[in-house]
Amino acid sequence: MSLQFNNEQMTEFKRLVARYPEGKQKSALLPVLHLAQDSFGGWLTTEAMDYVSVLLNIEPIEVYEVATFYSMYNLKPVGKFVFEVCQTGPCMISGSENIITYIQQQLGIKPGETTQDGIFTLKLVECLGACGYAPMMQVGKIYREHLTKEKVDAIIAEYRMQVAAKN
Amino acid sequence: MGVKLLLEKANVPGIRTYDVYRREGGYATAEKALKEMTIESIVEEVKKSGLRGRGGAGFPAGMKWSFIAKPEGVPRHLVCNADESEPGTFKDRYLMEFLPHLLLEGLLISSFALGSNDTYIYIRGEYAWVADILEEAIVEATKNGWLGKNILGTGFDCMIHVHRGAGAYICGEETALIESLEGKRGNPRIKPPFPAIQGLWMRPTVVNNVETLAAVVPIIKMGGDEYAKIGVGRSTGTKLISACGNINKPGVYEIDMTISVEDFIYSDEYCGGIANGKKLKACIPGGSSVPILPANLLLKTAKGETRYMNYESLSDGGFATGSMMGSGGFIILDEDQCIVKNTLTLARFYRHESCGQCSPCREGTGWMEKILQKIESGKGEVSDIDLLWDIQRKIEGNTICPLGDAAAWPVAAAIRHFRDEFEWHIHNRELSQTSNFGLQHYADPIHVPA
Amino acid sequence: MSEQTLFKVTVDNITIEVPAGTTILQAARQIGGAVAPPAMCYYSKLQGSGGKCRTCLVEVSKGSEKDPRPMPKLVASCRTTVMDGMEVKNITSEKVVDARAGIVEFLLLNHPLDCPICDQAGECHLQDLSFEHGKSSTRYEFQRRTFKKHDLGKHIQLHMTRCILCYRCVFTADQLTNKRAHGILDRGDHAEIATHIEKSLDNEFIGNVIDVCPVGALTDKTFRFKNRVWFLKPMDAHRDCPTCSGRVTLWNRGDEVYRVTARKDEWGEIEDTPDGKPGWICNTCRFDKKQTTDWVVEGPREISRHSVIAQGHYAGNIGTTKPTETFAAINDGRSPHLLMDIHSESEVNQPNLHLGENEGPSNGVTFNNNIKNA
Ligand SMILES: Cc1cc2nc3c(=O)[nH]c(=O)nc-3n(C[C@H](O)[C@H](O)[C@H](O)COP(=O)(O)O)c2cc1C
Ligand code: SF4
Ligand code: SF4
Ligand code: FES
Ligand code: FES
Repeated sequence: MSLQFNNEQMTEFKRLVARYPEGKQKSALLPVLHLAQDSFGGWLTTEAMDYVSVLLNIEPIEVYEVATFYSMYNLKPVGKFVFEVCQTGPCMISGSENIITYIQQQLGIKPGETTQDGIFTLKLVECLGACGYAPMMQVGKIYREHLTKEKVDAIIAEYRMQVAAKN
Repeated sequence: MGVKLLLEKANVPGIRTYDVYRREGGYATAEKALKEMTIESIVEEVKKSGLRGRGGAGFPAGMKWSFIAKPEGVPRHLVCNADESEPGTFKDRYLMEFLPHLLLEGLLISSFALGSNDTYIYIRGEYAWVADILEEAIVEATKNGWLGKNILGTGFDCMIHVHRGAGAYICGEETALIESLEGKRGNPRIKPPFPAIQGLWMRPTVVNNVETLAAVVPIIKMGGDEYAKIGVGRSTGTKLISACGNINKPGVYEIDMTISVEDFIYSDEYCGGIANGKKLKACIPGGSSVPILPANLLLKTAKGETRYMNYESLSDGGFATGSMMGSGGFIILDEDQCIVKNTLTLARFYRHESCGQCSPCREGTGWMEKILQKIESGKGEVSDIDLLWDIQRKIEGNTICPLGDAAAWPVAAAIRHFRDEFEWHIHNRELSQTSNFGLQHYADPIHVPA
Repeated sequence: MSEQTLFKVTVDNITIEVPAGTTILQAARQIGGAVAPPAMCYYSKLQGSGGKCRTCLVEVSKGSEKDPRPMPKLVASCRTTVMDGMEVKNITSEKVVDARAGIVEFLLLNHPLDCPICDQAGECHLQDLSFEHGKSSTRYEFQRRTFKKHDLGKHIQLHMTRCILCYRCVFTADQLTNKRAHGILDRGDHAEIATHIEKSLDNEFIGNVIDVCPVGALTDKTFRFKNRVWFLKPMDAHRDCPTCSGRVTLWNRGDEVYRVTARKDEWGEIEDTPDGKPGWICNTCRFDKKQTTDWVVEGPREISRHSVIAQGHYAGNIGTTKPTETFAAINDGRSPHLLMDIHSESEVNQPNLHLGENEGPSNGVTFNNNIKNA
């Protein structure tokens, strides 16, 4: 198999599995899928899922069943930065709709789409537990809260800079 | 200022670190529990405290603990429910983010009382940075001898593990959570058997909410009887309320459950009144699943008595004129909010989060969303309201887990209290697309404090 | 061994004694007849099955002799064990009848009305269920769900739109084969049976998923579109099979074997073999032995209770007489709602039709137009 965890990722994998009793290694599936997604380009290819099934000694279908159940696993390629904007009640009454429209305008994409340059993906998600700091979105590991148009502009510029700096 | 038991130290700089937490008296209660108390006496104190589960159902924690089976040679587990995904609820996040060691201390005492050597915190996947904070705190606590083997020389071993979910509200339901922890789809189990008999890996398991387990620290510290003196009736101790929506000061507040709803909304110590000088229209007082109440029924019960922020008072009048304490997610809607639209977003939420196992929930949630969408977009008919009512009635009580009820209640309550607004939407197809029903609902003038 | 404890339980005013640990559903089945709640997901031969479809909900009006309080909610009879002195109401409970009509409506919500072209027609539990417990026509006015088509290989045909997610086929693959290759993907109302990557199901025992599937979601590809079950003559037969019990039902027309299935009992479940084990059959018996000469024929088989055909909706014995009556005629003018008039269809199916793809709910008119256009 071509796809593999590097040493550092392998160490993390072992740490995750060690949390569960002998013979219950399947319990590590969710954390290991997070690790695989982070390690292999932000989404789970069939190859990545099969690799995880081999590592955990379970059937591939057991991995597919789980990967398709949870909304945080991407089963399609995504941009470098995924804007996951909350659209549930509390955020909606605090103005999330305007923010969603504004992001669509600024990025020129609809929910579920990725910008041509592959930098941004826009996803609409359900309550992220930040209702008091609405409107909000999650980008990678962090929450961006109290969003305003100005703040959205700044965030987009910030990520564009990050990409430019790397190139 | 009300009593603060959980958030008392939340503003101490650096309280997130072990050193500061310890300096402020942290872990002293755990030391007392492990060294001076027996398992039975800890359970007894928790029972005496009257502590009710803070995850939503309000089941007495001490009673739950006493149900755990203790078969010879079978390990038992405590699982901390940090899935917190009920719209409007963000109190557990606050506790974990700012006071991770308080939770760990509560977990240590509770694990000792339940005989759990491996305790798991199931945290919603999106709280990735909170999981990091907890992991760091666990490393610190282990380094200082509060976790690991033979803690304080008592012979008790305990390790706490953080397990991240991956985006599924249903995993907050305790048996779905257990399935998820076992590396499976988050399908709730069919009960019985209950987790206390066969839970995680078919071993006896107790699942408790973050706030419930953190509250064990003040209970053991002050004694169950003292704790029970705070609050009123069966609403003992303090409760965290996460307030959001159209208020001046959204945030997490600790209340002692004797405060009135009106004071909570309008006093500067808490929500600080409705934002932008608007009027209060409605409130969902305990997380999105509980019935929405119009302002008049929120501030006063049907009998005209003041409504208080506690389990009994919030549910006074049953579902006909009352609501529930639920998870403490307090959502305020001002005069500009559309009830139909709000109900629609909640219906969409439940459709999205249904695990799909049982037919009423799998099929009914999607159907309700579609009808609400139809009404909201100005294409509804009056018969749609009755249909919605009938669908929610057929879901409620007929499903495997309470998510079915949770999906039905918001729809039922919205129709029960705001039927005229639904009808207005239907009769004013075009107007409803550009303007708002506002406060026309109220025959009586709405109470607006000066 | 000590004497088995017996519990007294009353279902719809009929009392029997059953061993402790028996479920309400099993107790009711022992009484038989209409007292037995319908079960779309429970399958006694599959461990862990049941609890999902909610068609078997009953009212427990008295918990037990010791604790006579009624249960606050309707309970799934397939997963609730009896207590001594328990009193259960099934069809005598208004609540149950009402809730069940609701469940049937939910199950049919996204179900294509393609019975006329479905291989399961005539032995579909959902057809029976809707006939017995359903209400008038659907109140659902939105487009039904569709799924991407999945190919499960040369033996098994999957029609996902017909699936009711009973999980029986998943339990079957788990419990009968060593490697499960299909499962439930996605969640909520998008959940589906699939393999994720196109993969054929070819374990030696996987064919049994066809027999456990209560609807026409999993059917026998080697039988598809060849004939209607009610034109076939079921015969019990056996062969000396090295892999399985070799005890089957042959579905013949004349001397030709159209289809081979396991033998089913009156609840539509696979019968036990004389040694008390479930009579699952292997793929070779099911798919490859299509000559009468492959088999020792034992004699005609009585059709199980569950089938609309056998419920007396047809006169005569299905095994021997080709039915000629129309449905309405034998049912006091009452037309079947889900069935539509399957009898007016010719015995040749129309594989090119897939009514699930119609926009909105179909009715007889849509169907007829479709036939004309096809
Ligand atoms: C659909 C659903 C979602 C739930 N989500 C949560 C949750 O996010 N956090 C939580 O603590 N309890 C949640 N619960 C309640 C749990 O099932 C369980 O009652 C709780 O964790 C028990 O802890 P407690 O007694 O300390 O409240 C949920 C229940 C249901 C039915
Ligand atoms: S009620 Fe909904 S979430 Fe709960 S088991 Fe049934 S389908 Fe799943
Ligand atoms: S394919 Fe058939 S057996 Fe499998 S889950 Fe669907 S209805 Fe049940
Ligand atoms: S509703 Fe958006 S974070 Fe809760
Ligand atoms: S048969 Fe009991 S729930 Fe399906």
